[in-house]
Amino acid sequence: MDTATNSFATRSVAPDVTVIDIVGEVTSASEAVLTDAHSRAGDSKIVVLNFSELDFMNSSGIGLLVTMLIRAKRNNQTMRACGLSDHYRQILSLTRLDEAIAVFETEDAAIAA
Amino acid sequence: MTEPRDKEHWAAHVEHLAAEGLPEGVRSDTVAGRRLMSPLQGFGQMWQKTYRIPVPGHTPEEVIATWKAEYGRFWPTYNKFYAPIAGIKPGEVGLIKGASGPVRLSTGVMVLYADDVSFTYMTPQGHPFAGWITFSADEEDGVTHAQASALIRANDPLYELGFMFGGNRQEDRMWQHTLRSLAEYLGAPCEVATTKIKVDRKRQWRQFGNIRHNSAIRTMLRRGTGGK
Repeated sequence: MDTATNSFATRSVAPDVTVIDIVGEVTSASEAVLTDAHSRAGDSKIVVLNFSELDFMNSSGIGLLVTMLIRAKRNNQTMRACGLSDHYRQILSLTRLDEAIAVFETEDAAIAA
Repeated sequence: MTEPRDKEHWAAHVEHLAAEGLPEGVRSDTVAGRRLMSPLQGFGQMWQKTYRIPVPGHTPEEVIATWKAEYGRFWPTYNKFYAPIAGIKPGEVGLIKGASGPVRLSTGVMVLYADDVSFTYMTPQGHPFAGWITFSADEEDGVTHAQASALIRANDPLYELGFMFGGNRQEDRMWQHTLRSLAEYLGAPCEVATTKIKVDRKRQWRQFGNIRHNSAIRTMLRRGTGGK
């Protein structure tokens, strides 16, 4: 089975804004930790996924982002992304997730938007 | 900056599909020029469907190497897969001729991702489903399992109707058949475990217009005007 990062840290950085730090790998093995991190974001209106420490993602990982996005929409949350390398930005574009998740260069820009 | 470890496994970015490197005589007009569709761009309810079968006596890498090399062999006879000549590699396009009851259609898929233990197809506009299906193998309790896992929603209202009235079960039968055939080919006849989760109950009415790309309608019109 895939290995997984043990947990993704969450930070409350502004009223109604929570950042989830995506570190290491996002694969099918990340489902529990990603769901847990999203739960810890609680009722935040905006959830920012900071991908600056991401170093591996497969297609199952992209699927997890889709299901997370559906949960966020159900909770009336807006999802944003930042810290993406050119490679991962292209993957979000190829899979058309960037049509549903606004992508920003930096965490500050994602929070301020 | 170091290269991401997954870089070689992903297809390069494309706006529209180009269907090249296909077997001679295969029509690609229901794929060429089409955009890829994630589950977010489809119309119907979103489903996560997983089909899993034990394949003892083989490593995950062996299972996936066989699956890639013989992909179409494991399909039911009413559907035909035209694999890209270059094989199942990121960015390659495969074509499908299928039948759903009396309805025939031509469509295709692009290889979104491929590594030694998995590969993923993403669908284009006009395909019955928007989304992707991942074929993988892994070890569970020391036994290799093969798995197909789809994250999909029907691409348009017509397909959604078909999905509600028999298409859902037909899709289950197709992938169960595929996995059983793979396991039999590898000398491990077993039964398939199926799990289905409705990820999103909502239909996306703003995607109603996807119907203009519907490959079943286009295939029917082409046949009606004398095409094949």
